[in-house]
Amino acid sequence: MRIIVCAKQVPDTSEVKIDPVKKTIIREGVPSILNPDDANALEEALKIKDQYPDTKVSVVTMGPPQAKDMLIECIAMGADEGVLLSDRAVGGSDTWSTSNALAATIRKMGHYDLIFAGRQAIDGDTAQVGPQIAEKLGLPQVTYVMEFAIDPNMEDITVKRQLEDGYEEIKIKAPCMLTAIKELNTPRYMTVDGIVHACSPEADIKVWNAKDVAVDLNTVGLDASPTNVYRSFTPAPKPPGIKLEADGEKEQAKLLLLKLKEKHAI
Amino acid sequence: MNFQLTKEQEFVRKMVREFAETEVEPIAADIDKEHRFPSENVAKMGKLGLMGVPFPKEWGGAGSDHIAYAITVEELSRVCGTTGVICSAHTSLCGWPIWHYGSDEQKKKYLPDLCKGVTLGAFGLTEPDAGSDAGATQTKAVDMGDHWLLNGTKVFITNGGYADIFVVFAMTDKSAGTRGISAFIIEKDFEGFSIGKTEDKMGICGSSTTELIFKDCVVPKENLLGNPGQGFKIALSTLDGGRIGIASQALGIAQGAFDVTVDYMKSRKQFGKPLSRMQALQFDMAEMKTRIEAARLLIYKAADMKDRHLPYGQDSAMAKYFAAETAMYVTTKAVQLHGGYGYMRDYPLERMMRDAKITEIYEGTTEVQKIVIAASIFK
Repeated sequence: MRIIVCAKQVPDTSEVKIDPVKKTIIREGVPSILNPDDANALEEALKIKDQYPDTKVSVVTMGPPQAKDMLIECIAMGADEGVLLSDRAVGGSDTWSTSNALAATIRKMGHYDLIFAGRQAIDGDTAQVGPQIAEKLGLPQVTYVMEFAIDPNMEDITVKRQLEDGYEEIKIKAPCMLTAIKELNTPRYMTVDGIVHACSPEADIKVWNAKDVAVDLNTVGLDASPTNVYRSFTPAPKPPGIKLEADGEKEQAKLLLLKLKEKHAI
Repeated sequence: MNFQLTKEQEFVRKMVREFAETEVEPIAADIDKEHRFPSENVAKMGKLGLMGVPFPKEWGGAGSDHIAYAITVEELSRVCGTTGVICSAHTSLCGWPIWHYGSDEQKKKYLPDLCKGVTLGAFGLTEPDAGSDAGATQTKAVDMGDHWLLNGTKVFITNGGYADIFVVFAMTDKSAGTRGISAFIIEKDFEGFSIGKTEDKMGICGSSTTELIFKDCVVPKENLLGNPGQGFKIALSTLDGGRIGIASQALGIAQGAFDVTVDYMKSRKQFGKPLSRMQALQFDMAEMKTRIEAARLLIYKAADMKDRHLPYGQDSAMAKYFAAETAMYVTTKAVQLHGGYGYMRDYPLERMMRDAKITEIYEGTTEVQKIVIAASIFK
């Protein structure tokens, strides 16, 4: 079985700040990480490989040359192969352009039985790229996967899809696209043995450009993108709440009513 | 000359830090308070390759190098000195002499399990009247023809109560002095071998420090490590490498105390401003940071020389001496900068200060390091 995992290198948003003048994300000095939901996607693929050792797990990403580091991390966790699509022609792509480029890359990667992606990336938060890739590859898809099981026939899959107030249980056949949420599993650590291998020349990491994947250049990059970011800003912080303190519930309710009346809420 | 870590070493730091912050830090205060050996984390460390970082893959090791090993001990010790020394004593003092001096049969038998953390290693040199003065060793090994018979007692053995494999030193020819010492690989189940008293210590309280008792202990012939009479050389060269581990433990403790203090100084306000804005205290931090960085460079240099098979005994002694003093200096200052909170067990500083002290003592006191350093100056 071959599983493809779509992953993205993202700035660690726990440390991200927006430039108040230029309104863009300040990337200098911000560490880059494997997008958290994508780590869950990779973990699920690696769990299948743990159970069925002849499974091959390939990670695909698009980004600048330094995104190779993220592929090293994925291989150090246990992936077999990493593919990076890196080309100025695909720079500035929105989700539509990105999914065109990644769908072309996946076609070029050859046979697969299953594709995992993270639900969404913590920088853009769109949750669109996984589903769009599925559309472009003509695959059935389930998003927000919180539980996964595959039959030993490697075809019949049962997943739980998270909803706001519960979950759906869905049966689906491979090949398909599944997008993972953090409830799906706990990603494993890299191992030292894995790091040594991933950093060695033996590690299977391919860096391709737009020509290599034969993507139509009119469908990728900034100019081809039907959407673009108009402005980024930090929302003004909400003023702190107030705590109503009084003896007993009746007194507290009275205070609350008074406050609500003051604000003409009731 | 290049002060950049390799990509491999950087990833090892990233991975060990994640592991340490997620698995080790949350229980560090508890294992200290309860004097509990963290077996659950040692097992996880084995699976992740942290118990055999510098050994080749062919013997079950991770196939990395001694800088990555130093980084491993440093990052573990940054949150828990106990966990750092478990890894250090196991790797440097048991795995390394077997790898370096062992026969292929011995390596095949012991190293893969040690490297994967299936078994835990320890080192038995110190006795009630002999530590760095190894020539005064009282434990005796007698050649009985088809086996060795060991009698004696070792003390202060790190990992003692939980180890499966011990590299132990005994006199095989008292008349030959230090040239009459031999090294043996002891399994915990050998007849006549037992664990004695468990020590109650000032710091690294989660680590197991015990006596080893040999009472007509039967040791198979094939468990002699190296040649008869080679024990003293094995012990000294093992300790040369062990000092890189202990120096890294000291560095990690210092870095941990420093990092906690940076956060504290940013948030703690006195006299209308955070401590981080007070120049007198900034100067303390500048001094601490400089010493930490100097210790780090001494350690990585010694580790790099070891990887290059260059003589590094003086370098590792300087690294251990300086890093241990840095750990004491930084943790003492860090407690001071935390004021009353630093003295309380709710904060990790007092534990770090207690843990730091041992780094000036074991695997050769600071005074012994100076003897080693001076010996290379005037040889």
